[in-house]
Amino acid sequence: MKRALKVAVAAAALGMSGLAAQAEGLKVGFMATLSGPPAALGEHMRDGFLLGVKEAGGKLGGLDTEVLIVDDELKPDAALTKVQGLLERDKVDIMAGVVFSNVMMSVYKPIIQSETIMVSANAGPSPIAGKACSPYFFSTSWQNDQNHEVMGKYAQDQGYKRVVVMAPNYQAGKDSISGFKRYYGGEVVDEIYTKLGQLDFSAEIARIADAKPDAIFTFMPGGMGVNLVKQFSQAGLSDKVPFLSAFTVDETTLPATQDTAVGLKSGSQWSSTLDNPANKAFVAAFEKEYGYAPSLYASQGYDAARLIDGALKKAGGKDDKQALIAALREAPFESVRGDFKFNTNHFPVQDFYVVEGAKRDDGKYIVKVVEKVFDDQGDAYAAECTLK
Amino acid sequence: MENATASLFRARLVPGLILAAFGLLPVLAGLIDDTFIVFFAIRVMIFAIAAVSLALILGFGAMVSFGHAAYIGLGAYTVGILAENGVWEFYVSLPATLVVCGLFALVTGAISLKTRGVYFIMITLAFGQMAYYTATSLSAYGGDDGLTMWGRTEIFGSSMLSDRMTFYYVVFAVLVAVWWLCRTMVNSRFGRVLQGARQSEMRLQAIGIDPYAYRLAAYVIAGMIAGVAGALLANAAEFVSPAYMSWHRSGELIFMVVLGGLGSFSGAILGASGYLVLEEVLSHVTENWRLIFGPFLILVVLYGRGGLLGLITGGKRDG
Amino acid sequence: MSATLLAVQTLNGLQLGILLFLIAAGLTLVFGVMDFINLAHGVQYMLGAYLAVAAYGVTGSFWTAMLLALAGSLVVGLALELVVFRHLYDRDHLDQVLATFGVILFLGEAVKVIWGSSPLSLPVPDLLSGSIPISDGLLYPVYRIALIVAGLLIAALLYVLVTHTRVGMLVRAGATNAPMVSALGVNIRRLFMVVFGFGAMLAGFAGIMAAPILAVEPGMGDNLLILAFVVIVIGGIGSIRGAFLAALIIGLVDTIGRSAATDIARLVLPPAAANDVGPAIASMLIYILMAAVLFFRPSGLFPARAG
Repeated sequence: MKRALKVAVAAAALGMSGLAAQAEGLKVGFMATLSGPPAALGEHMRDGFLLGVKEAGGKLGGLDTEVLIVDDELKPDAALTKVQGLLERDKVDIMAGVVFSNVMMSVYKPIIQSETIMVSANAGPSPIAGKACSPYFFSTSWQNDQNHEVMGKYAQDQGYKRVVVMAPNYQAGKDSISGFKRYYGGEVVDEIYTKLGQLDFSAEIARIADAKPDAIFTFMPGGMGVNLVKQFSQAGLSDKVPFLSAFTVDETTLPATQDTAVGLKSGSQWSSTLDNPANKAFVAAFEKEYGYAPSLYASQGYDAARLIDGALKKAGGKDDKQALIAALREAPFESVRGDFKFNTNHFPVQDFYVVEGAKRDDGKYIVKVVEKVFDDQGDAYAAECTLK
Repeated sequence: MENATASLFRARLVPGLILAAFGLLPVLAGLIDDTFIVFFAIRVMIFAIAAVSLALILGFGAMVSFGHAAYIGLGAYTVGILAENGVWEFYVSLPATLVVCGLFALVTGAISLKTRGVYFIMITLAFGQMAYYTATSLSAYGGDDGLTMWGRTEIFGSSMLSDRMTFYYVVFAVLVAVWWLCRTMVNSRFGRVLQGARQSEMRLQAIGIDPYAYRLAAYVIAGMIAGVAGALLANAAEFVSPAYMSWHRSGELIFMVVLGGLGSFSGAILGASGYLVLEEVLSHVTENWRLIFGPFLILVVLYGRGGLLGLITGGKRDG
Repeated sequence: MSATLLAVQTLNGLQLGILLFLIAAGLTLVFGVMDFINLAHGVQYMLGAYLAVAAYGVTGSFWTAMLLALAGSLVVGLALELVVFRHLYDRDHLDQVLATFGVILFLGEAVKVIWGSSPLSLPVPDLLSGSIPISDGLLYPVYRIALIVAGLLIAALLYVLVTHTRVGMLVRAGATNAPMVSALGVNIRRLFMVVFGFGAMLAGFAGIMAAPILAVEPGMGDNLLILAFVVIVIGGIGSIRGAFLAALIIGLVDTIGRSAATDIARLVLPPAAANDVGPAIASMLIYILMAAVLFFRPSGLFPARAG
């Protein structure tokens, strides 16, 4: 125990010296999942955020910025401890990041109760968009259902009569299916729920082939998506059954799926091919800095940094919190996705697109825009939020 | 000879030192004005409670349960689900936790204890996984996203647990009580039968004692204690998640007990503290802290026979 | 479910079983012979896949990559044996568990540092890239057939090695009574090293074979390790035959269960509840199976050790 205590005290000293050095600057706590299989998502998001900070000369809103990056390890209770550390010991001014909804739900309450501003760069669970919304919370991504709604609308518009839907058997998977169904009026011939972290999809693929649907909609994040896409293509289905997805085909999985994912559709609010100056500059700078193609997660991280930067400038610093919140609500920055404004629940009102996997001339795999599906779209839960 | 006495003395001293450290920690934290240490220590003590309960069956009954996190989860979900339905009182949620965990342990233990060794490890894993998948499919209670508790358990209508210091000392009191309970049990006839069964089952049967019942009783008690840890964890985090009962967590509990030193409850507490503190400190040093933590575990096994406790006491153990 | 679909699912189940067997074979061999619980078997599997991807990046040939990755797996396995595992053979199972967990943490993180955390992949070799139509609209990739064949070959090879060679005889004897074999003048250390090296290559081979159909990513071995333990425990620790049968049973039960559980639940429950219960049962099925097997046969289907 003595030993343990000594280290603990040393750690405390470490934390305090950091505090002293940065008394006048800005401290941002950035939480992301950086270990285990889904680490790629967290790294994209983190790299995007850090690029935003770097482009501001290391000074968001003109304040010397220190970003404290913590790994939540995808363990909700461990994440909570780390966030408490950031809030109480490091006394961060702003929290940002968070990839997964279950982590967000565990850290959300202490953050808003300490009246710390939180900018989510990915997770957007429905309670936070609806009943449990907070003036301190802002999102630069989407509400969880939205990218699935895009595909529901797209399937409807394409006139697909019979669709098979498939998602992992966990909450986000179920939300995904309900989001899809919100805009799809045709027949759902089969609803398949798979194991979380499933490796082999041949049983499901056989079922899909047997059902002969007009299209399949799926949500298979991370390595599961890689497995599914490769096996779907190897089973010869990608030429026959249109593959609609969300968070399955993107730049975190394309390095592994490559040609097998070309032409597979996904719902997204962003693509590196979106034609606006902010986006072009971002994509070029990102690839120069990190050597790989950014994903939507990277774009959300980058926008989070740009949002904080713009709002701090507008509010004239971090000290007047109400002024800072008012400034954040105006979204004073050029989003790389183009149109961007905040809804009453502080989630974005933005455009959504259907994108598809493609190979760029330089050999890198990216998603490119196929068509716009929603224009200035808000989420389904904003009405439940009591913020005005 | 002198050395042996000295190390025995140190072995006796360790429990006292640990208690004193946890008891005085909030005061120390107040001195250096670091409220986070208290928050962190609450988490450490909760896992120490769970580790002590595992040490009871693992260290003294040679029952390596690889599904022990299930009880943490069950305890947490009992409190969380009751709260979601408007029941906040501890005199409802505590007995409910004990009953739920006790029953689950009774049924699964009765089946699992038919097996030995690695087969026991795996069958307890099986039951743990069943509990885990059940929790992830509880859509009404958030499923995999977990369940937020908008408050803490109340004691006769008072929300005193929301005060961090009060909660700290409640957890501390539970830890001390659990520790005392387990030590008393181990030193009683019950404990001697349990340890005897580990060495020679036949000898016990020859004198007319059926070790199965004793093992099962220990397994149920350990499950109930871990359930209490779970109920405390739900309150500490004000959040309940299936992640509490994943097999990774069960594995971590085993590592904590082994790291601390088998066959002693001080070791379990030391192991839980060492594991969590090292994780916390190292993750501040480098993002790739596992590159250090992994070899550290190997070195403890290779050179520190008897775990962390063995390192401190020079190999002597005390219940 | 139509008869064709059932047939297809049976084939899929067998193929998943074969993949599980590839991973479990090395584990049960090492466990059975050396009484050594090697949790690091899963990261050795992962390492095989990563080494193959890296070697493919350099050579551009699947087959050369496979040879190099096999050699790499052997080298890493032997290095681990020399530095860590050798000192653990006479230790408690729990010491082995903790130390090999340390190895998992280290190698898992090292892989992330070296190759990054984005999933990687290995292309299917041209020779095996075709596919065969097996039902209306569904193709069966040749590579998967190759996987089944490879699994069967490994099973046959292990059978012959263990039952018909001198090393195999020593291995069997060592599994039953190691001190006796040692007393008879056999260098048990060297025997263990050979067995361990072979186990490491089997793990690596499984990783290489899985790489073209699964994502190569950090942590890819963790869940498979658990499945592999389920396989060897149901089969009876140390029994190659048991592991083979258990792997096939688990593959079949898991695949058919995933395909049918929700349908069955829909027969008795309203759709919303069925969508909750069906997949949950499907996820638990192999664990329910394991609990049931161990309840009736507490030492697995084919206990290798008497008593």
